Order: sequence, then structure tokens, then C-alpha cells
Amino acid sequence: MTLALELREVSKRYPGVLALDRVSFDLRFGEIHALVGENGAGKSTLVKVAVAMIPEIAVVYQELSLVPEFSIAENIFLGREPRRFGIIDRDAMIAGARRVLDQLQIDLDPHTITNTLGIGQQHLVEIAKALARDATILVLDEPTAALTDAEAGVLFGILERLRASGVAIAYISHKLGEVLRIADRITVLRDGRAISTDDASALDAPTLITRMVGRAVSELFPVEDRRPRLSEVIFEARNVNGISLNVRRGEVLGIAGLVGAGRSDLLMAMFGADPERTSGEFFVEGKRVTINSPADAIAAGIAFVTEDRKRYGVLLDQTVNMNLTLASLRRFANRDDEIAASQRAVDELRIKTTSLFTIAGTLSGGNQQKVVLAKWLLTNPKVLLLDEPTRGIDVGAKQEIYQQIRRLASEGMAIVLVSSELPEVLGLSDRVIVIHKGRVAAEFARADATAENVMAAATGQVTA
Amino acid sequence: MVIALVAIWIFFEVRTGIFLHPVNMANLLKQMSVTGVLAVGMLFVIVSRQIDLSVGSLVGLAGGIAAMTQGAGLAASFLCAIAIGVIAGALQGALVAYANIPSFIVTLGGLLTWRGVILYLSKGETIPVRLPVFRMLGVALLTPASGIAIGAAAIAALVWFSRDRVSTIVMSIVIVVFVAMMNAQGGVPLPVIVMLIVAGAAHFITQNTVFGRYLYAIGSNPDAARLSGINNRKHILFAFALLGALVGVASLLHTGRVGSASPDAGTLMELDAIAACVIGGTSLMGGRGKVTGALLGALIMASLDNGMSLLSVENATQYIIKGAVLVAAVGFDMAGRQSR
Repeated sequence: MTLALELREVSKRYPGVLALDRVSFDLRFGEIHALVGENGAGKSTLVKVAVAMIPEIAVVYQELSLVPEFSIAENIFLGREPRRFGIIDRDAMIAGARRVLDQLQIDLDPHTITNTLGIGQQHLVEIAKALARDATILVLDEPTAALTDAEAGVLFGILERLRASGVAIAYISHKLGEVLRIADRITVLRDGRAISTDDASALDAPTLITRMVGRAVSELFPVEDRRPRLSEVIFEARNVNGISLNVRRGEVLGIAGLVGAGRSDLLMAMFGADPERTSGEFFVEGKRVTINSPADAIAAGIAFVTEDRKRYGVLLDQTVNMNLTLASLRRFANRDDEIAASQRAVDELRIKTTSLFTIAGTLSGGNQQKVVLAKWLLTNPKVLLLDEPTRGIDVGAKQEIYQQIRRLASEGMAIVLVSSELPEVLGLSDRVIVIHKGRVAAEFARADATAENVMAAATGQVTA
Repeated sequence: MVIALVAIWIFFEVRTGIFLHPVNMANLLKQMSVTGVLAVGMLFVIVSRQIDLSVGSLVGLAGGIAAMTQGAGLAASFLCAIAIGVIAGALQGALVAYANIPSFIVTLGGLLTWRGVILYLSKGETIPVRLPVFRMLGVALLTPASGIAIGAAAIAALVWFSRDRVSTIVMSIVIVVFVAMMNAQGGVPLPVIVMLIVAGAAHFITQNTVFGRYLYAIGSNPDAARLSGINNRKHILFAFALLGALVGVASLLHTGRVGSASPDAGTLMELDAIAACVIGGTSLMGGRGKVTGALLGALIMASLDNGMSLLSVENATQYIIKGAVLVAAVGFDMAGRQSR
């Protein structure tokens, strides 16, 4: 295989940080070369440097770069619209977009407005956009972060076909399972250095984690007794847009399902944050409660760590302290009280911040997520709703969040966990329900909740 | 921005020789008091990611109503002006928060509507201020003794509330110099005291109350604020109503100082207020800005006005320079932020 690109001893310094320290990396045509490492290891910086030097590289970035109001075709051809006499040639654009989508076997109409698509489908459009330039070198930065396993499967199919046609693919991801499955070679980055490059067949997950973290992480999920709980039901939701569920004291209830199955909508509705909710009754510790706004839900003892922390969770340009006490401000008698509570939260969750008055947006993703979690713990909830609590954060921070989830459960909190990462749901939950097309498709006790069972229910092959 | 202010002052002092004279400083601060009160009110609205363009027209309306209701007595007249401000502000706030109409549009409508209402009510005529106390609100000087008393009270409050020793000392020195300078020309002007009381209260609200904190949260990330249990709509409505009340206060200061209420009073004042906030570091994207900054911005604007008048700079040139300063101030601020 011929070399598509080679970087030799690349260094990059930002004020105060050596982001890349003599990193070498090469990419051959017809291979998938994965780049793994914790957040801040230098993966994205490496991509930035490479793209700045070699403009022919097509990149699919982690953050979507689509114009939401434009159609799929308009997005695919954004900035290089086919023209006739200086006027956009719509027919050529639609035809071109259709050709690319067909080639990738993506079943979408090019006229569709992008913001009507689910986040997973938007990612597929993003990939189509990158490939429509007939790129021979493709870089994907965390492409599956927002995808369900099924959607990721579609993506892998596309990548395998591209590889077979000779495209050189650099693949950046946190998810070691998929990296091991799809990559030919794997390079590990840590603290701005390339630690190793090996054939994927010679590697396994524990080895990779050890290299990424720099220490052995024997077990990602806390091991403990997880027999069925017989404690009392703390929270019950009846017929929330057709779904009913309950959680017991000290129990983690996992909710699995494909992206778009209605899991986030369900949590939003249970938190009083979905104005379109048409039905639903709620009971906390057996008592009926009315939940028509987030304030109602908080008053009833419910807390909600939302997905997409940048959009729904963190006040990025405010201080850590302000973020921490946002939902519990009225509980404090005075400022000293507030500061003391914030400091306890920072210590308890081991949030890495230089001070309570650091701007939250300057923290790493994992620490921002801990700030959001701590914000909700300060409301002393009985019920904790978690929506994708570890999306886009590094392995070390993930593990800390997992430990916190199990600790809170063991202290008696009732927890509802939504996650697109199946191992996470299976590794943390005492009980799993599966949502398919807005309905509960199946429920499994811990022992029966295998990846196969859950996936079968999530894709509609089993009905409750 | 403090450096910019000092530079402007030195420049004008060198060119005119009388800029820093107590009499001129008192004039400058009197001119500033109306913009200062409006800027402080505007801060609440901008911090919550909204804007109010109707402020100037509302100054005209509230001032006109106050002048028209003088027959019912001073208290009634003042109350009417402030009530009109609150009602108009709350109405606009409700349209923004509950009807989801962008504040730019609602208050652009307000800018036209309130001006139309006062033109209609006054039939285009200017109404003189007849009540002596109303007049005094805009021009009176406190006796030197009461100036000292208020200064001492302010320093005592600083020592009591503030945690930051350095800023307490700096502010105390500023207060002493301010009172001494004003007393040297007869006493502290009443409108300046009104402005400072408004600013002090607003500073407390933004920094030490739940309401103030929530406005910053809403401006910073409305979705996150809502999901943290904050009633965004209610707080946005309150911010507009609060600005309305302060517009009422500013209209009284303005009408009292001018000595009459003309139907075109207050024209373009909304832009001065917004400019003062922005020069003082307030972000139009919401979530960022301080009362002290807005006041500083108003002081810079007033200094430019005053200094250029002393130098007999033509009106046309004054506009151009003020416009350039506004854009340059924000440009420097953005450049400074990016390099961080």
C-alpha cells in the first residue's frame, strides 16, 4: 500500500502548553488508521495541523458544521455550488447529492431540510459532504459520539467500502471497541506524544487503556452486588406520552434504545421541560406530584443531567461557582453558605479547577460534566435523571462518573440512566428498559440484559 | 477603560485648561446623570440577552406626563412618570417573554409608539415645569455639610459590605475627592446623587440577589437556565419593568434640568445608554456586564460631549468622533478577549 500522507516529528506549542511533542504519523491508501487518546492528548490538534498544511484532506469534525436551515443537497455543496451562467444550478446540485448518497448507501432525500433529521443522520450527511469532494484522504473526528450502535454500524459499512476503494482514512475515537473492530492500525497519543503505533490485530482494550491513561485501569465499571432491589419505589411515571416506568430506592434503571427512539424526550417530559407533553402522572415516594415546569420537578426532588452539556448544561462564560449553585441558589442563607457548599461539591467530585471563580468554559469536558452533576447533587435530589452523562469525555473522567453513579445509588438515590453506549447501560444498571418508537419494547433484569437481547428489542425485533 | 477615561481627561485638560475645574466637573456629572441612570437600567436588559430601543421615546413620554400632571402635586406627578415607565416596560417585556417577539422588534415598535403618544397628548407643545422642587431635582446642589455626610455614609457602607480591601480604599479616595471637588463649587448636584443611589442599588441587585444572578444565567445560556428551574419569562419581564422604572426616574431628572418637557425630549438617548453599557464591557450576547462598567461608559461618553463642547468642536464632528470611539472601544475589548 502506498503512503497517502506522512507527518514527521510535528510539534505545536500553545501559550503554556506543548500540545504536540515530536509526533510522527503516517497514513496509507486503503487503510483505516485510528488515533486514540484521552481528551487533551493532542488528537484534534494533530488534525488541525495536518489540515492547515494539506488542504486536500477532507475532515468530518466532531461538532456538526451543517447549516440547519439548508437542505441536504445545499449542505453537501456548500461553498462550491454547481453554477450555470453564475446562477446556482439546482438540478445539478440535487443530482450530485443523490449520487453521493447512493454511493454511500444512505437512504435520504437530498431535498430534506437538515434540521429535520436526527443527529445520527446529520452525521451521515456530514460524511457525505466530506466525500462529495472526491477526497482520497478522509479524517473523522469522533464520528460515532452521537450515533447509536445501529447507526454506527451503518457508518462502519460505509467506511469499509471506502477503504476497499482505496481511500485513506484517519479515525479518531474514544470508543475502543469500535476502534479495535474497524481499524487496521492504531496510534495512541498521550500528553501530546505518540506512545505507540501497532496493527490492531495485535492489540486489545486493556492494553490500549493502559497506554492512553498511563496507568492500568483494571475495571471500567465498579463491580458490586447487583441483585434485584426489593426496596420501595421512589419515583413512578405513568403514561408519559405512552410510557410508564418506576425506579426504586438505590436502583439504577437503564433506558436503552436507538437515537430518536424518544429517550431524551421522555426525560425532558418527566422533568416538565417538554411543552408538548400531552399526558402523564407522577408519583414521588407514593405521593402524586404535579410537574409542569423544571421548577416543579426540582421541588419534587428530581434532578436532570441533560445531554449536550454545552447547549443545555453549562453556563460556559460564567464561573464554576455560579454554575454549581444555579439550581439550588434559594437554599442558601448567604454568600458564605453558598461558597462553602460549592467548595464541598468541588472536593467531593474531585473537579479539577484552579478556583471556584474560574470560568466554566475553560475546564475540560470531563470536569464540565462533573460541574453539571454537582449542580444537581446540590439540590439534594431523591431521583436523578442522567442523559448521556459521559458523552465526549475521556476514559479517566468517565470512570470517575461511573463510580459516582454507583456511589449515589448505594446511598439510596433512584437513578434513571439514558445512554447510547450499550456497555455503559449494561455495566451500570440494575434493570434495563428498552424504548422503540416511543414505546417500551422490553424490560430486562440485570442478569438477562445482554447486548444481544437489548439490541434486538431496540431495533423492534421483540415486542413487550 | 479607566485608562481611556484618564487619557481623555488629561487630553481635554491640556487643551482647555478648565476641563478638570470643579465647576466644569459638576456640569459634566449633571449631564451624565440622565444617561447614567438609563445605562444602569439598560444593563439589566442587555445582561439577560435582550435590548430596549424605546428608552429615548419613553423618556419623552414619561417626562411629558410628569409635566402634564403637575397640577395634582409633586408626588402624583413623579409617581405618574415612574408608573408610565413601569407599565410600558412591563408591556414590552411581556411581549418579548410571553409572546416570543424579539425584543429588537418590540422595542423598535415602542420607539415609534411612545413618541407618537406623547406627540398626541402634548399636541406637539412644550410644557414648562412650574413646581420649584421638580426644577430643583435637575439642578439643585446639596449643602456642603450634607454632601460630606452622604460621602461618609457611602464609605461606611463600603467598609461594611465590601470584601475587597483594595477596591474599598480606592473607592473611598474617589468619594473623598468627589465630595471635596463638588463642595468647592457649592455642593454635590442632586441629580448626581440620584444617579449614584440608583447605581448603588443596581450594583447590589446584580451582585448579591438571586434575581440578579438569574439574569446573568438567562443571558449566558437560556436553555440551561430554564432547565435549572429558572422562570426565564418572568425574569425577563421584570428586567424590562425595572428598566421602565429607571426610565421614569431619568425622565424626571432630564425634565427638571431642562425646565420643560418637549415632545421630542430624549431622542436618541437609547443609543447613548446602549453605548455606555457596551463601552463599559457589557456583552450584547448577554451574561456579561457590570453596573460599574456601565457607569464608566456613561462617564466616558459625557466627558467626550463636554470636552468637545468646551473646544467648540462642530456638532457634525462630535457625532463622528463619538461613533468612532464606540466602535474602537468595542474593537479593543474584542481584541483583548481573543488574545486571552
